Amino acid sequence: MARSRVNEAGELMSANRNSQDADIQRTRNGAIMDFPTTETSLDIKGLTLAYDGKQALRDLTLRIPRHRVTAFIGPSGCGKSTLLRALNRLHDLNESVTRQGSIHLEGHDIHDPRVAVAELRRRVGMVFQAPNPFPMSIYDNVAFGLRLQGGLSKRRIDDVVEWALKSAALWDEVKGRLRASAWSLSGGQQQRLVIARTLAVEPEVLLLDEPASALDPISTLKIEELIGNLKPHLTLVLVTHNMQQAARVSDYTAFLHDGELVEYGSTDTLFTHPRLRRTENYITGRMVG
Amino acid sequence: MNIPGHTAVPPARSGRWRGGEGPWAWWCAMAVALSLLMLGALLVLLMSRGLANFWPASVHQLTLADGSQVIGVPVETRQRPEDAGSERRYFTANRDASGGIWRWVNVEDIRQDSAPEDLVHIKRMRWSDFLGRLVAVNIDGRRFDGELAWQRLEERLDEIRQQRQLRRELEATQIIPLIRRLESSNGPESNHDPGSNSDDVRIHQQLAELQQQARDLQSGMTGAVLILETAEGRRLEQPLEEVDTVLRPNAMSAWQKVGRWSSGVWQYLSEGPRAANTAGGVWPAIFGTVLMVILMSILVTPFGVLAAVYLNEVAHQGRLTRLVRIGVRNLAGVPSIVYGVFGLGVFVYGIGGQLDEWFFAETLPSPTFGTGGLLWASLTLALLTLPVVIVATEEGLARIPMHQREGALALGATHLEMLTRVVLPMAMPAMLTGVILAVARAAGEVAPLMLVGVAKLAPQVPLDGEFPWLHLERKFMHLGYHIYDAAFHSSDVQAALPLIYATALLLVLVILVLNLTAIFLRHYLRTRHGAFARQ
Ligand SMILES: Nc1ncnc2c1ncn2[C@@H]1O[C@H](COP(=O)(O)OP(=O)(O)OP(=O)(O)O)[C@@H](O)[C@H]1O
Ligand SMILES: [Mg+2]
Repeated sequence: MARSRVNEAGELMSANRNSQDADIQRTRNGAIMDFPTTETSLDIKGLTLAYDGKQALRDLTLRIPRHRVTAFIGPSGCGKSTLLRALNRLHDLNESVTRQGSIHLEGHDIHDPRVAVAELRRRVGMVFQAPNPFPMSIYDNVAFGLRLQGGLSKRRIDDVVEWALKSAALWDEVKGRLRASAWSLSGGQQQRLVIARTLAVEPEVLLLDEPASALDPISTLKIEELIGNLKPHLTLVLVTHNMQQAARVSDYTAFLHDGELVEYGSTDTLFTHPRLRRTENYITGRMVG
Repeated sequence: MNIPGHTAVPPARSGRWRGGEGPWAWWCAMAVALSLLMLGALLVLLMSRGLANFWPASVHQLTLADGSQVIGVPVETRQRPEDAGSERRYFTANRDASGGIWRWVNVEDIRQDSAPEDLVHIKRMRWSDFLGRLVAVNIDGRRFDGELAWQRLEERLDEIRQQRQLRRELEATQIIPLIRRLESSNGPESNHDPGSNSDDVRIHQQLAELQQQARDLQSGMTGAVLILETAEGRRLEQPLEEVDTVLRPNAMSAWQKVGRWSSGVWQYLSEGPRAANTAGGVWPAIFGTVLMVILMSILVTPFGVLAAVYLNEVAHQGRLTRLVRIGVRNLAGVPSIVYGVFGLGVFVYGIGGQLDEWFFAETLPSPTFGTGGLLWASLTLALLTLPVVIVATEEGLARIPMHQREGALALGATHLEMLTRVVLPMAMPAMLTGVILAVARAAGEVAPLMLVGVAKLAPQVPLDGEFPWLHLERKFMHLGYHIYDAAFHSSDVQAALPLIYATALLLVLVILVLNLTAIFLRHYLRTRHGAFARQ
């Protein structure tokens, strides 16, 4: 089933490939929007978010295209992680967070009281900066989300675990020791395991918060390759401090500064012809903090 | 590591302390050494006093200056004040012949001190021990002398032991259950309908038969009489069925003594008490202690864990939660006797009294649950140790990194699923640490138990073949209380002292074993999926 959905998605993607015409607009707070007409996966409108009354995101409006890689860049503390966590409602845990504005996933308001938060989070998977495998075996880690859904046969779980580990390019390294502790893996392997674990529940959107920042160059390369391979099947959102990485793997890039969206457009345009001086300064490394 | 331009080790600030660390490290080390030393001294004292009791000490025969003879086991020697020489205390036994079992002898008065091989040390069921000589054995009217007497005596003693064991089993497995059934159907308020009456008659008949069997076994044991002679030359007749062991310590080889010692230790561990808890074994007390601690753990763990989960994971972290948390931490310091009073008032009289009214009305006014018992003691101790479990579990929960929880949530887990599948398994070692601390505290607690269910003598353990097997309403024996009882409520503390030491040692060992079990369990859980990262 997983594979069939992925195939379907792959076809969907190729159908969308030709609609790349840009559509430039200026948002209310003056950000440059250079947004493609491809179909929207996540639609963020006027999102303002505050921790204990202190604003971390200000009136953010942004559309994230389906089956593309969108990168969020910006100086430390500008609100990238905050935005990412808003997309699967992880802020619900923190009682001090207040929010205005809306987020729609495939046209449905994610804050609608009828939405089951757990199901939303399954559809919008997330990989954190530090690898966080559970203290269980490799197999159990990948099967964790599947078992939550319940009613799956042992064989079916075996199949999906194998498929997910293969998709995360980890299968060859761990196939002989699926029962070993996940904490016995290296940092890079752990991060790929976390990705496999997330893929196993077949999310539509995958949020990656600096997934490679704690890894060595080779592991980083593997993760980047993985992102490329997943692109036809998933909407990916990547937060990174590494400009080269953003340029290499993403199709669209949003530059955030101080909780506001400054410039958003196709990665090629943003990196080669940034429209605003602030953006140019940041991507060329002239702006600090 | 030598970096050019830097000295590898900075010079000490003063030459007096090595490494320039100052005296604090030494103070810490001394504090640790002192604590260990005191602990070691305690254990050595308990071991030497407690375990030496089972060693068959050699028996001495003395001739005093006035020509009188004394047979006894030397216990202690002490200097008298003002250089008046020294005196030695002998254990002379023979309470029936001489009235006392101790005798102080002036060391200067001893003219002759020997250890003849024919001196016997007899442990008896009554009148405490006998020290002296074996003259002859009378078995069913036939008299045996000398070595033949010894042979016959030992054969007969073995037979008697087997019969005694049979009788004990008969009593425990058949007679006592029948008596209990009679008691429960013959309460003062029970109306005498013919059905139950004929039932009673049947039980009475059965009981009479069994009691006849027991009497037969008992009379089968009689018939053998030892003829003994004390140091003063008095003759005594000692029926053999009231004898536990007969030894000739001076004639025993070291190996025989080791064998005797180990069977003594085994008897101590496996038998019930005799002579008002000053002799015999402590098996019911071991059993009661362990059973109560296990029940306590079973009761306290779910409550403590649920409370900690609520406080740490569910409750709004506001002022009220903080207040509750402070309250819980302070409860850990409340003196245990206060919990005992609470248990007596609420559990025993309140809940127990109510249960009796509802379910055991026919046996009132003699209480079933309305008096101290195993259940109430376990509940009281569970209450006492609840704060310990809550605090330890809460600390464990607080240590679980946020990103583990978020990882579970991001896979579509609900809050409950996150708790049960990720957070609680990770907090398991902390919970077990809490239980370990609780066990350590509960196993040594005596004061509250005196109010809610411990008994001076309850040779029937609360777990047997009789439905419902585990008798929560029964009173039970406890090692800690056993020590207190033998030390303060026995007529001859001197005689009980060695057993008090042995029991204290045993209490320490039981707690140690309980703790080690929990620690190994925790270790097993920790290693199952590799070590948990320490943040
Ligand atoms: N849990 C929190 N409570 C209060 N303030 C927070 C919290 N998390 C983040 N903030 C604040 O929100 C702002 C945005 O933080 P965020 O973590 O989103 O930055 P970021 O862009 O991800 O930075 P980095 O690149 O360093 O990860 C910061 O000013 C931060 O101090
Ligand atoms: Mg961040």
